[in-house]
Amino acid sequence: MTERVPVLKIGDVLLVSIQVDLEDQIVLDLQEDLASRIVESGARGVVIDITAVEIVDSFVGRMLATTAAISRMLDAETVVVGMRPAVAITLVELGLSLGGVRTALTLEKGLNLLARPGNDRPAQR
Amino acid sequence: MAEQDISARLVELLTARGELLASAWVEAVSRTLRGRISLAELDRELHDLYTALVAGIREGGSDWQGEAYAEVRALLSELSRGRARQGFTPTETATSVLACKDILAPTADTPAEDIHAYLQLSKLVDSLALFTLEVYAKTREEIISAQAEQLMELSTPVVKLWDGVVAVPLVGTLDSARTQVVMEKLLQALVDINADQAIIDITGVPAVDTEVAQHLLKTVVAARLMGAECIISGIRPQIAQTIVALGIQFGDIVTKASLADALKHALRNSSTDLSINGGQA
Repeated sequence: MTERVPVLKIGDVLLVSIQVDLEDQIVLDLQEDLASRIVESGARGVVIDITAVEIVDSFVGRMLATTAAISRMLDAETVVVGMRPAVAITLVELGLSLGGVRTALTLEKGLNLLARPGNDRPAQR
Repeated sequence: MAEQDISARLVELLTARGELLASAWVEAVSRTLRGRISLAELDRELHDLYTALVAGIREGGSDWQGEAYAEVRALLSELSRGRARQGFTPTETATSVLACKDILAPTADTPAEDIHAYLQLSKLVDSLALFTLEVYAKTREEIISAQAEQLMELSTPVVKLWDGVVAVPLVGTLDSARTQVVMEKLLQALVDINADQAIIDITGVPAVDTEVAQHLLKTVVAARLMGAECIISGIRPQIAQTIVALGIQFGDIVTKASLADALKHALRNSSTDLSINGGQA
């Protein structure tokens, strides 16, 4: 049994704080857990906190995009927060611009983003 | 004649009139440098070198890479570095060492064994001169790379314009190495200052081609990934024409003509407390 990333509920927002090294299995488990929790709780938003993530590869980059897409299908907006500069540069160099995923500098700003009424969706690409 | 004998004879020749020969050397070198270095300093430098050289030959023969020549090499490195820093030419630097040959230059009535000794000295001095030039070139390269680094540091300041707004005024040509530094500094500043609006001002960038545009786009995308909005400002009329002529698409990236416009836009968009009364963007 591998570790699982906890999915926490704050109001109508789900918070996923990734504190472990992202192995492929953990990522897949997380996607599954998150999808079922969104349905269970009827959450309106998802915040993925990757402040502690120092290394990413193309798999993780794609995972962020697909997780966002899955959540959007379930009518929950995804915000990725706390990306480190090195991680951002890596993703750009890998050619992953995470189109359609909202980002915020800090957890606080990410929650504010979701709390804002009339918050329009990012441009679809 | 065996090599040891030649070396012994050479040492003998060099020590017999040591003071005189060293002075002749100093004299010859000072003529080529034309007073750009003080005579006292030159005198000290070359006398030290002369003493070390004689000791080197006595101990280690003609093997200039050996242990016995450690001091000679150290002194030469020091001399060469000094010359490189003070802006002397390679020729002037090499001549300082090569002039050492002339002091023993054979004349018509030089005995054969002394000519052998001279030839050995000549070969030795040639190797040492090459070594000096190598150190000279290396020092120059060090200076150049240090300056390039300084330039890089100087040319990419990240300034905080307002709460939550940072700007990078870019001056000079953008290449991939510089863009990398700009990107890293900008992204780090976003974290440090907790800014969610970034302005890249390209007023000082002389030309924008597809490569530069690519670099700018990458920076903007990276800033977006971190949750900051990026504005490109300072686009001069000619640059705008070039960009359009080249068919570069900036997509949905906000571009402004002046830094002031960009700041206004950033403040309106900013989610900081200061601009809340600015309303929703």
